[in-house]
Amino acid sequence: MALQKEKTPVKSQDPELRIKNFDEVCLGYNKSEAVQEAGRCLQCKDPACVKGCPVEVPIPDFIKAIIDDDLDRAAHIIKSKNNLPAICGRVCPQEEQCEKLCIMGKKYEPVAIGRLERFVGDYALKKAGVSDSRPAKIMKKKEKIAVVGSGPAGLTAAADLAKEGYQVTLFEALHAAGGVLRYGIPEFRLPENILDQEVSEIQKLGVEIKLNVVIGKTITIDELFAEGYSTVFIGTGAGLPKFLGLPGENLNGIYSANEFLTRVNLMKAYKFPEYKTPVRIGKKVAVIGGGNVAMDSARTAVRLGAEEVSIIYRRSKEELPARDEEIEHAEEEGVIFRLSNNPTAFHGENGRVKSIECVKMKLEGIDSSGRPVPVPVAGSNWSLEVDNVIIAIGQTPNPLLKYNTPGLKTNLNGGIIVDENLSASIPGVYAGGDIVTGAATVIKAMGAGKKAAQSIIKYLEEK
Amino acid sequence: MYKIIEKENLAPGIKRIRVEAPLIARKTHPGNFIILRIGEFDERIPLTVADYDRDKGTITLIFQEVGYTTERLGSLEAGDYIQDLVGPLGKRLDLEGCKKVICIGGGSGTALLYPIVKAFHEKGAEILTITGARNKELVILEKELRTVSDKLFITTDDGSYGRHGFVTDILADLLITHSDIDLVVAIGPVPMMKAVSRITPANIKTIVSLNALMVDGTGMCGGCRVTVGGETKFTCVDGPAFDGHQVDFDEIMNRQSYYQEEEKHICRLGREVNS
Ligand SMILES: Cc1cc2nc3c(=O)[nH]c(=O)nc-3n(C[C@H](O)[C@H](O)[C@H](O)COP(=O)(O)OP(=O)(O)OC[C@H]3O[C@@H](n4cnc5c(N)ncnc54)[C@H](O)[C@@H]3O)c2cc1C
Ligand SMILES: Cc1cc2nc3c(=O)[nH]c(=O)nc-3n(C[C@H](O)[C@H](O)[C@H](O)COP(=O)(O)OP(=O)(O)OC[C@H]3O[C@@H](n4cnc5c(N)ncnc54)[C@H](O)[C@@H]3O)c2cc1C
Ligand code: SF4
Ligand code: SF4
Ligand code: FES
Repeated sequence: MALQKEKTPVKSQDPELRIKNFDEVCLGYNKSEAVQEAGRCLQCKDPACVKGCPVEVPIPDFIKAIIDDDLDRAAHIIKSKNNLPAICGRVCPQEEQCEKLCIMGKKYEPVAIGRLERFVGDYALKKAGVSDSRPAKIMKKKEKIAVVGSGPAGLTAAADLAKEGYQVTLFEALHAAGGVLRYGIPEFRLPENILDQEVSEIQKLGVEIKLNVVIGKTITIDELFAEGYSTVFIGTGAGLPKFLGLPGENLNGIYSANEFLTRVNLMKAYKFPEYKTPVRIGKKVAVIGGGNVAMDSARTAVRLGAEEVSIIYRRSKEELPARDEEIEHAEEEGVIFRLSNNPTAFHGENGRVKSIECVKMKLEGIDSSGRPVPVPVAGSNWSLEVDNVIIAIGQTPNPLLKYNTPGLKTNLNGGIIVDENLSASIPGVYAGGDIVTGAATVIKAMGAGKKAAQSIIKYLEEK
Repeated sequence: MYKIIEKENLAPGIKRIRVEAPLIARKTHPGNFIILRIGEFDERIPLTVADYDRDKGTITLIFQEVGYTTERLGSLEAGDYIQDLVGPLGKRLDLEGCKKVICIGGGSGTALLYPIVKAFHEKGAEILTITGARNKELVILEKELRTVSDKLFITTDDGSYGRHGFVTDILADLLITHSDIDLVVAIGPVPMMKAVSRITPANIKTIVSLNALMVDGTGMCGGCRVTVGGETKFTCVDGPAFDGHQVDFDEIMNRQSYYQEEEKHICRLGREVNS
């Protein structure tokens, strides 16, 4: 068989149609497509791809299992390292991670590892739906462990600890589990039912999930220890939205991306008035920022009926931090990229935002992160008429727990300080995910959850 | 699920419920609030913890029916359940070191004032309480307030009870006749809190409790942002109580009105469904 240089194409919803619904855009491989794509893998002896994966999924091995038509084995192999394959297969920035290092990618397109992982993940979920996938009886251990925050870091830590037989309680401030996977990433990228199923798989391992509990408020860390929890893992994420600090920013019609996406995803405002939480989007919408959060906001605004949605980003296209696939999807859906521009003020009428004043930017030199530095071009101010603005310039670690936990050391950005074992400044307290690193990725948060679980197991065994 | 133990009508459109919520009852203090979601389809709304019983594990909520969610909450009866309830949220009030305070409640804000008056009373402060309502029927918690206040003044907009006029009329008098006031606390409609903050001199600390629109209540959405002393603050974590002399009240009034059209829309729907 001739070498297939490109990835096996994956079907997706037609842009014309999908901008009118919230259904998933990428439809995923069917079995024959998956087998075809799996056949492209060279089964490298020293697989570079694995080094690109923060949790070191044994990629060639699970791909081999697809070729062998043994999907149970494929699922088992992935799950040895990654509890949430259906989610990572969908949202991992593969082009920066596993696929970036894939040997095939040196000359041709890399193997579509993410799509294959999603295929296996979906298979595993479907199977779990019909058969009882409860794992073989685990020897129950007596230690109770508290996990705070049900994002990917918390879910992973909880699952790994439950698999070892510990009694795990997962506390979540909101009324539904999943963290950003629930309130941030939209339905058309990560359907809620996938998340629901992954969460229920984790419950089947014996993890008890307590919703509507804010640790630091409802129960403090000290009280958790007093109630007999042996250790605490903190995975409270980077939920605090940044604002620009510009004049007019509190006008009506200006949302943080978190508020906008939470209204739409967690509260299902896209089904208003069946669901009672409103979200108001006019004809012209500007999204400030260039990451995944900005793309999700822009594409959500398109689906809510906005006619002109612009992304305003201060650097050029090369520097857009969003995943390539998200940028492409946004372009296909008609989002306008107004690059090398930065807002300087918001102007309003009757208390509502009416226009954004912007200045053009040029790139000069390189900053400490290796990115070119945008500087304003004098006298290039212009103005864009808008009905709504969504500010998506980043989130910083959630401060609520820090405020209410004396002795918990944090850095200047508000991130919890941990050592190489993810142990925080209070004995028996571990932390990982965005609350430590600042806003990062799902798989990195999961990697941290895994690592913390190992440290906790070691700590408890040595105690 | 959180069970409603008891329900009572305080005045037309103002209701009191007692809800089983042991974890919250254990930790709540004056100034704290909760966020509840009645059921799967409902909005999350903030309500102040008006009272609590740590032993029985219950909290009391007093609310005014102003729109869809509060009306729906008002239609629930003892024995019914609220699906989600989270708290205590917000910063507790610092009540230390005040010897003589004026506490002002406007409309249903009086209900939110009550736990604060009670707490001051327990700390032994001298309390002059003013409560204002549109008319006699809407005067609430008179008996309760009288037991914990040193003096209670009542005003009605139409003069049907107490003094004819606004709470600020009485406040202005009290500020003249009492030179030793440490603190003024005002809770009620934003225009009232704005007026109070205007009247009190800069050297008398004036605390107001802001009712910004909220979604999560944990500092995650920024929807509740307000400007205080020229800085952006999140009402749910930095407040809800702020220094009234520093608050940009006009901005809050504007932000509260953002969803008025949608709210009217579901309210109409709600009435059609309920009727
Ligand atoms: C819109 C959006 C799109 C994204 N897209 C991608 C993507 O495509 N790919 C990717 O890899 N990454 C993406 N990310 C980033 C990724 O989602 C995060 O890096 C990841 O979710 C972090 O996981 P976490 O477990 O550390 O925290 P989170 O997912 O933030 O979860 C933290 C949880 O803790 C809860 N919590 C906070 N404080 C408390 C408390 N005191 N008590 C109890 N619970 C508490 C919160 O309510 C939340 O549920 C995106 C992020 C956003 C916002
Ligand atoms: C910290 C805090 C504590 C509160 N405590 C109480 C309480 O103890 N008792 C009580 O009755 N109310 C309280 N409120 C106000 C209460 O949350 C709102 O009345 C409620 O959200 C209205 O919901 P709805 O769906 O019934 O009305 P909607 O249909 O949402 O609104 C109806 C009308 O009320 C206005 N409104 C909506 N939300 C608010 C709000 N947050 N503040 C002021 N006006 C609003 C709207 O602009 C509209 O005109 C509190 C608000 C905050 C922020
Ligand atoms: S978890 Fe993410 S990075 Fe790792 S192999 Fe899967 S898709 Fe690639
Ligand atoms: S590097 Fe690429 S080709 Fe090699 S094993 Fe990994 S996926 Fe297959
Ligand atoms: S309600 Fe969302 S930040 Fe305050």
